[in-house]
Amino acid sequence: MASLRSALGRARGLGSAKDGTHHWWAQRITALALVPLSLWFVVNVIGLIGAPHLAVAQWMGHPVNACLLAGLVVAVFHHAQLGIQVVIEDYVHGEGLKLAALLLVKAACWLLAAAALISIIRISVLIVFFKG
Amino acid sequence: MAPETSPAAKSKRPLSPHLQIYKPQFTSVLSITHRLTGIALAVGTVLLAVWIVVVATGAPDLYAGFTGFLGGWFGRLLLLGWSVALFYHLLNGIRHLFWDAGYGFELATAQKSAYAVLFGTAFLTVLAWWFGLMMEFR
Repeated sequence: MASLRSALGRARGLGSAKDGTHHWWAQRITALALVPLSLWFVVNVIGLIGAPHLAVAQWMGHPVNACLLAGLVVAVFHHAQLGIQVVIEDYVHGEGLKLAALLLVKAACWLLAAAALISIIRISVLIVFFKG
Repeated sequence: MAPETSPAAKSKRPLSPHLQIYKPQFTSVLSITHRLTGIALAVGTVLLAVWIVVVATGAPDLYAGFTGFLGGWFGRLLLLGWSVALFYHLLNGIRHLFWDAGYGFELATAQKSAYAVLFGTAFLTVLAWWFGLMMEFR
């Protein structure tokens, strides 16, 4: 069957969504990262049950934990944003409402991730003074 | 579902039939559950950000209030639902990754991996809560 796509369009390979396979790959790579990160998180959170505020802050402020937690935050909010985007694209058909919903989810994920990352940095810096 | 004024309704493009058209099958129910747990986890992840921010505020009262809420019956119900959704989405996500790599498409294999996901979800949830409750009574 003859393709109606132009030679340039075919070479670019970006399709009708204009970003090619980027969304698909980003969803899979964040999923792969979240397999060990979420298991690490669950095990550690169970270990923190009933712990006082300072102990939790000290756990979060440890460089290894802070790094892995930051990785989890970035991967999980990126993965969530990509996933919810597909759900919205599937079920919300009005263009205006769809655009508004997509932007709202994107903004929420960016802000929540930023808040969590800034908080991790704040804890990491401040916890040094609590050690003594 | 689109209103008459929406572009989708105006152009009368054929849409694929909605889920309720089809007779639910074991594997199709697992498939839609993957999406539902994904939505639930996206909402539940707000809790992760709130937890980190609450710890960062350095206000022990606020932290006590937060953990008190999670330790109450409603908080525990949320955490139970969240842990089931997490383990299901995690295990079924691994199943999806194998499909993406081109493995496990045979009907018998897909059925077997579906049972493995359900069994694994129940196992990991019980394991996590068993250790969690042990921590509480230590």
